[in-house]
Amino acid sequence: MSRVGWIRLAVVAIAVGALELACRTGLIDHRVVIPPSEMATALVRLLLSGQANDQIARTFGIVIVAVVIAVVLGFAFGVAIHAVPRVRQALEPLFATYYAVPIFIFYPVMIAIFGLSAAPIVLMGVANAIVVMIIATLNGLDRVPRVLTKVGRVHRMGRFSTALRLKLPAAAPHLFTGVKLAVSYGFIAVIASEFILAPAGLGRVISDAYTDFNNPRMYALMLLLVIVATVVNMVLHVFDQRWAERRGIGRL
Amino acid sequence: MMTTLPDHQIHASLSGVTRVYPGAAGTQPVHALGPIDLDLRRGEFFSVVGPSGCGKSTLLEVLAGLQPPTEGTVTFEGRPVAGDVPDGIGVVFQEDASFPWLTVWDNAAFGLRRAGAPDAEVRRRVDDALAFMGLKDFARAYPSQLSGGMRQRVCIARTLVLQPRLILLDEPFGALDAQTRLLMGDEVLRLWRRTGATVLLITHALDEAAMLSDRVGAMSARPGRFLDIVDTGWPRERDSTIVSEAAFGEITGRLWEHLRGESMKSLGYAGMAAE
Repeated sequence: MSRVGWIRLAVVAIAVGALELACRTGLIDHRVVIPPSEMATALVRLLLSGQANDQIARTFGIVIVAVVIAVVLGFAFGVAIHAVPRVRQALEPLFATYYAVPIFIFYPVMIAIFGLSAAPIVLMGVANAIVVMIIATLNGLDRVPRVLTKVGRVHRMGRFSTALRLKLPAAAPHLFTGVKLAVSYGFIAVIASEFILAPAGLGRVISDAYTDFNNPRMYALMLLLVIVATVVNMVLHVFDQRWAERRGIGRL
Repeated sequence: MMTTLPDHQIHASLSGVTRVYPGAAGTQPVHALGPIDLDLRRGEFFSVVGPSGCGKSTLLEVLAGLQPPTEGTVTFEGRPVAGDVPDGIGVVFQEDASFPWLTVWDNAAFGLRRAGAPDAEVRRRVDDALAFMGLKDFARAYPSQLSGGMRQRVCIARTLVLQPRLILLDEPFGALDAQTRLLMGDEVLRLWRRTGATVLLITHALDEAAMLSDRVGAMSARPGRFLDIVDTGWPRERDSTIVSEAAFGEITGRLWEHLRGESMKSLGYAGMAAE
């Protein structure tokens, strides 16, 4: 591990250690926050018991479906919007203000339409993640050097072949940034939606545990979400970094 | 100005070629080029110089088939150039057109692989082109790890492996410093001698054109037309050391004589140009 990596690990370890100490010494009330070690123990116990496995599978399944839909549709819309400048001019101000509106206000409407199923949660995940993917696609296509189109013609490549073999790889770093953001935004929207009204899922289970004063269960599942979100983001970050290094634009 | 050549000596030609860009809403059409008449001799090194915006790059793109002429005809090896870039023409652009996601080796191999060449043939030609361009030790590097001059050599290698019979160079050294440009000029001369291809170089640098070319066409301000075509008379075996010869000064002087007024026109100094 690099020196920076060790520093990062030390910061996390110190923060966790400080919380552990504060909880153990009574500085933080045990009824409010339990020590991290107890959170971890509770999580292991919960996972081994299998009690929350269905909820875990449901939530992560919904996140995956929402992110895949958001990335695929966001990319397709981005390409289509990029091809018609007038449509882009009309839509760009809406994209710029999109995240100023808390989309969760529409969740009750979606429940009214789709019922208390997984569908409204998937839609919330898609709605929260799709616009970052559209914006990333537009940015990526904007940055494709125009000379590549000429190079494609010199090599007698058709429009589709030029798009697939030259423009897409040229735009790929920006597209991947969109994917990374879509994962985060989708994840947040799904968990938050489950918190509000969903009949099932990790967000719902955490909310129930909170209502029942079941701190070990609540913190165990919160820890699980933190670990999963961190690991997924780290994996994407490492992949992005390795890719950048391959292209010679990362750390060398 | 035009000399009549036997057909077998004409490699590519432009006859009565003009290029007019339609104006955007509420603006006049832009007459960028022509009329132009030019016969490129098989195997010659021809450079085009002219003031900024005179249509040099438009001329190259029309000849390559990247843009259609508004009027006139373009032929390459006796066949009309219409719509597509004909097989046998290679183009190196001013902008960095290397593919950052591919290694130097894969960049050079791109066109051959697309053409479905056998692996052994691809390996042989790419290794040869990289060695010729001095990039052998950088075969596994990515373009962003190279200097601007080396990236341009990657683009030349990518063109070279396809063994084009007409190489069009659109200010390929425009972004490089003067010393690197001189050395790159030597490399282009080596390439020209070895391949036997016809080369058309677009440049704004009179010294570069005078040093590299068999003939240099001096273009007017927009709409670009040839004011003069200068025969340099250099031997085929030449390099950048000819810049110290007296004839080199005479050639650049003659070109500058034409271009001084045209450059002033293009910059808007109409009165000074008339003096």
